[in-house]
Amino acid sequence: MRKLVLGVVAVFAAFGTSGCGYNKLQSQDEAVKAAWSEVVNQYQRRADLVPNLVATVKGYASHEERVLVGVTEARAKATSIQATPELINDPAAFAKFQAAQGELTQALKSLLVTVERYPDLKANENFRDLSAQLEGTENRITVARNRYIDSVREFNVTVRQFPSNITANIFDFDVKPNFTVENEAAISAAPAVSFDSSTPSQSTTPVETPQPAPAQNPPAN
Amino acid sequence: MKAALLTLALLVAAGVTPARAQIALPPYEARVTDLTGTLTAQQQAALEEKLGAFEARKGAQIAVLVLPTTEPEDIAQFGIRLAEAWKVGRAKPDDGVILIVAKDDRELRIEVGYGLEGALTDVTSHRIINETIAPLFKQGDFYGGINAGLDQMIRIIDGEALPAPDQKWKPDPGGGLPWPLLLIGGFMLASFLRPLIGRLPAAGVAGAGGAGLIWLITSSVLGAAGAGVGLFLFTLLFGFGGGMGYGGGHVFRDRGGRGGFGGGGFGGGGGFGGFGGGGGGGFGGGGASGRW
Repeated sequence: MRKLVLGVVAVFAAFGTSGCGYNKLQSQDEAVKAAWSEVVNQYQRRADLVPNLVATVKGYASHEERVLVGVTEARAKATSIQATPELINDPAAFAKFQAAQGELTQALKSLLVTVERYPDLKANENFRDLSAQLEGTENRITVARNRYIDSVREFNVTVRQFPSNITANIFDFDVKPNFTVENEAAISAAPAVSFDSSTPSQSTTPVETPQPAPAQNPPAN
Repeated sequence: MKAALLTLALLVAAGVTPARAQIALPPYEARVTDLTGTLTAQQQAALEEKLGAFEARKGAQIAVLVLPTTEPEDIAQFGIRLAEAWKVGRAKPDDGVILIVAKDDRELRIEVGYGLEGALTDVTSHRIINETIAPLFKQGDFYGGINAGLDQMIRIIDGEALPAPDQKWKPDPGGGLPWPLLLIGGFMLASFLRPLIGRLPAAGVAGAGGAGLIWLITSSVLGAAGAGVGLFLFTLLFGFGGGMGYGGGHVFRDRGGRGGFGGGGFGGGGGFGGFGGGGGGGFGGGGASGRW
């Protein structure tokens, strides 16, 4: 009878598989994927806003070509990277994606700084609506990124912790890349730059390395 | 350059240090929370009544928080933190809205739940802030600004198709089921069957029946399988100790157990007009911020 009880306990343990963390890994992996698709969604939403925004600004400030081209190019770069779910398992591709989006963030910020010089544009209803949408989208991106960071942190802890690390090893779960703190700072940094200089630095910045953008921008001062 | 580096260093430090001195979130105890003493008790009651009536009629929940400052966070960071804690609105339609006024910062924000992002868009929120609320705030009329802003939000949300308010406390499938009751009921049914058809068949019947029932209710295969195995094992296990000695009481207990199946799942609706706290509404950073 004792054997039977033990057997039942063993069945329970096997059914729950809670001991080895397999289910935990699975559910956290799914949580990371869900958080990631929200991040991608919001980046996409931003990319969709850009053409309208550029067109509206062009109507008032067509000679600010450098900034406008910078935004358009940064958008093209950002959208050229296919944000597939596999991306989050590939640190190099992830860094590239992150860098491209960071560049678009910076380009948009400089666009908004430029716009400050055009009161007519700022009073334009269409522009005001677009910038409200852009602001809301940037905020959603921040929220989605923070949630992604949290979900990856949880997942990575499970992957590294004993005994679930053994399970993770068997089933090929690897730690996932996360948004880096440097990049986080770059993205949330206020644009302390005025883009009066005529050096066309915007289009020549390298994409491949996820450098913190403030390190690139201040020389433009 | 130096300033930029310093800013960067500060930001990095702020991001790394976990113990940022964020202000403590006030509890969500009323629809209108004023930590600054700006609104009179009468004004507060009037807003409370307006929002209570709206929630009873439409189901969506709007909360107001007036506080001195959100420092060191900006109002958007504070807003999402507050929204995640208060969970304003119902869980499934995610139809909550929070109007946050940081008086000393001269900033305000409309934080919009997922389900209302289509009606109360960023643009609409932005306009409510800049065209309705901010001008009144500039004149020092805080009650008037909040009141007019709420009226506009209510009008906009009214145009949105939302689930009827009486579904407020309906649990989402599976999550709100009284699992212990179901198991106990199933176990009682099984222990009634056991002396009649034997332990193993009874366990089988209980397991299969339980699984089928859960599957019908929740259409979750995993939950059904879990319940089935649980019931099966329960019935087997409790056969060991020489039975639990159920005699004539079986039929009665069996009924009592089954009562739990039908009735327990869908408990009554919350009282209308009364304040029931946040219903689990989800937020994703939608809405707009502004200044006056």
